[in-house]
Amino acid sequence: MSRELFKFKGGVHPPEHKAESNGRPIHAAPLPRKLVIPLRQHIGNPAKPVVEVGERVLKGQMIAAADGPISTAVHASSSGTVTAIDLQPVPHVSGLPDLCITIETDGRDEWIAHAPLDYRAMAPADLRTKLRDLGLAGLGGAVFPTGAKLNPGASGHCPTLIINGGECEPWITCDDVLMRHHADEILQGMAVMRHMMGSTEILVGIEDNKPEALDSMRSAAAKLDFAVEIIAVPTLYPSGGAKQMTEILTGKQVPSGKRSTDVGLQVFNVGTAYALARAVHHGEPLISRLVTVTGHVLRPQNFEVLIGTPMHTLITLAGDRDGTTGVLMGGPMMGMPMPTLDAPVVKATNCLLVESKELFPPLPKALPCIRCTRCADACPAELQPQELFRFAKAGDFGRAQEYHLFDCIECGCCSYVCPSHIPLVDFYRYAKSEIWAHEKDKRAADLARERHEFRQFRQEREKTEKAEKLAAKAQAKRAELAAEPAVVGAAPSDADAKKALIAAALARAQAKKSDAAPKNVDHLTPEQLQQIDEIEARRAKIRELARQPLESEEKNT
Amino acid sequence: MLAAILVMVGIAVVTGLILGWSAIRFKVEGNPLAEKIDAILPQTQCGQCGFPGCRPYAEAIAKGEADINQCPPGGEEGVKKLADLLGIDPKSLDETHGTPKPKSVAFIDENTCIGCTLCIQACPVDAISGAAKQMHTIIAAECTGCELCLPPCPVDCISMVPIAEDLPHWKWKHPVIELKRVA
Ligand code: SF4
Ligand code: SF4
Ligand code: SF4
Ligand code: SF4
Repeated sequence: MSRELFKFKGGVHPPEHKAESNGRPIHAAPLPRKLVIPLRQHIGNPAKPVVEVGERVLKGQMIAAADGPISTAVHASSSGTVTAIDLQPVPHVSGLPDLCITIETDGRDEWIAHAPLDYRAMAPADLRTKLRDLGLAGLGGAVFPTGAKLNPGASGHCPTLIINGGECEPWITCDDVLMRHHADEILQGMAVMRHMMGSTEILVGIEDNKPEALDSMRSAAAKLDFAVEIIAVPTLYPSGGAKQMTEILTGKQVPSGKRSTDVGLQVFNVGTAYALARAVHHGEPLISRLVTVTGHVLRPQNFEVLIGTPMHTLITLAGDRDGTTGVLMGGPMMGMPMPTLDAPVVKATNCLLVESKELFPPLPKALPCIRCTRCADACPAELQPQELFRFAKAGDFGRAQEYHLFDCIECGCCSYVCPSHIPLVDFYRYAKSEIWAHEKDKRAADLARERHEFRQFRQEREKTEKAEKLAAKAQAKRAELAAEPAVVGAAPSDADAKKALIAAALARAQAKKSDAAPKNVDHLTPEQLQQIDEIEARRAKIRELARQPLESEEKNT
Repeated sequence: MLAAILVMVGIAVVTGLILGWSAIRFKVEGNPLAEKIDAILPQTQCGQCGFPGCRPYAEAIAKGEADINQCPPGGEEGVKKLADLLGIDPKSLDETHGTPKPKSVAFIDENTCIGCTLCIQACPVDAISGAAKQMHTIIAAECTGCELCLPPCPVDCISMVPIAEDLPHWKWKHPVIELKRVA
């Protein structure tokens, strides 16, 4: 069973450092006293709290519900009492806090009632909603809601399903040990994916520097009643990137701005498949994950960690050492420095890499770009990093976008090879976030323009409505006055009530008029009085004129 | 020779007809330049530029009746964009119209509000909700921070609160790289 493999462009060979942590068995991290569970752990809308402070919650109980289709629920990782719903430190480079639910655990670790799902009998849409409510999100890094991703689209089936066991980033081994120890569950999860996506071809790509994982996955696959190809791919960073793994296995490139289902395939991480198996076959929500703790610690290893466990407890467990200079969440190529270790482990936390001066000597100072294009040779996304750098640095974001800035996967290959040691990726991140911010401002401005225009339209409309109302009132008054003599003349019996009404109204109006009689007619000179008389005479004449056409109309009928 | 002239005349007549027809068929409503300028202006609708809103200012610029550096919310960046669009040299902001401020939204102290509705009438984007003698409140997502509701309030209960940086609004900063001095 040999398959023709393809090669993506670029890539680098950083030192692997896998052996440090992949030899030890998976260790369950102890239950912490306090769990801090962020509501924004996935791509899409943050979850909305459904519990209150003081409430007792059970392990696996939903504490925040998904908000919209691209979102997932969040669950209590253990039983205990909700002590706060507020802003807490979260694992983010900025160090800014975010909304979290804090649970004081009671040590009983008491599960809520849960049962396996009969996924074959469920309608796909219901199953997707169920998975969303079980909090499933991609564990490979992007944390995209799994329920939404398990959608083959309009065609109803997605021919190729790729399970990504690449794990190309140095130091990280959580997928490796997961495949070694839980191959059967990974393949069970894959079977659910195959069912939902209607796939006919299933490929599992694993880098050839993980022979134990390859063996264990192969023997698990042999037990299945459908064909699964377990494929060893050459070790080259970033072969574990979804696009790169796709290209290696199928030779297909997902065009810029398209989704992988558009070319008939979908990629899931092995950890996601494992979580899916736990969800479907046990009814368990995503409340724990494997985390590699490695680098400058005494016992580098992988832990099974409850979501919400503070990061510092893991580093203490692995044995913290003097001379720690920082901690990255993720690996050395794409990881993010953590401003505080009080932040909890979240669904995206695959690795805590503890840094020291010896392991990660500070980069020499950057030199100007010499346009050697080594970065372009290394870029797996086939970009021109030196040009992107130039535009991003100058703030020329439009040109950066023309050079496909958004195809950059921030893999760090370019910075890795740059002889001038320019932190290129930082510039791309900066440019991307500036562009997003501009788009947000633009949307806000468009909303303001729309609302301002609507307000002007509304004011205009109110003005005309008012004018129309006034005109209608004047018309009614005229009609009333005109009707008076006619009514008097005819005096039919059924008009008596009407007549009385009108008389009453007239009397009321008269009373009002005299109430509001102008007070400025006292103490006037004879000339002024004469003027007033003249004006009154003119007014009477106009009233007379206004009455005539109406009367003549009545005569005609 | 005659044939050549006839051909040329024929081409001229045909293109003339096509051009004439398309001028009628594809007539652009409104003033496209003003529209482009309006798209750059921040739509705060604050009137600091001296016009009753962004659109009138855009029209004035398009007609050459106003300078491009009168909009404080747009800032220097806005002036630069306008200069780019119009193909003229950028200039610095005219301070007589005000200076840029950090982005803020209005906030009504709901205990002091007497429900006079004066602020509702002042707000250019209908971002205030309330009714006579009822407490009023600002819809923060729709407030442009124009400050037009501040002066009419008889009890001075509206204040401007700068938008605090939170996770969804956080931006990567321009990397500061220390360049090694090359001798
Ligand atoms: S590798 Fe570095 S120095 Fe060479 S072109 Fe790229 S950015 Fe410039
Ligand atoms: S970080 Fe972006 S530009 Fe640099 S090599 Fe990776 S994909 Fe290419
Ligand atoms: S000053 Fe105010 S009203 Fe004038 S263009 Fe700028 S934002 Fe609009
Ligand atoms: S609420 Fe006040 S500051 Fe905000 S847009 Fe309306 S008038 Fe301007």
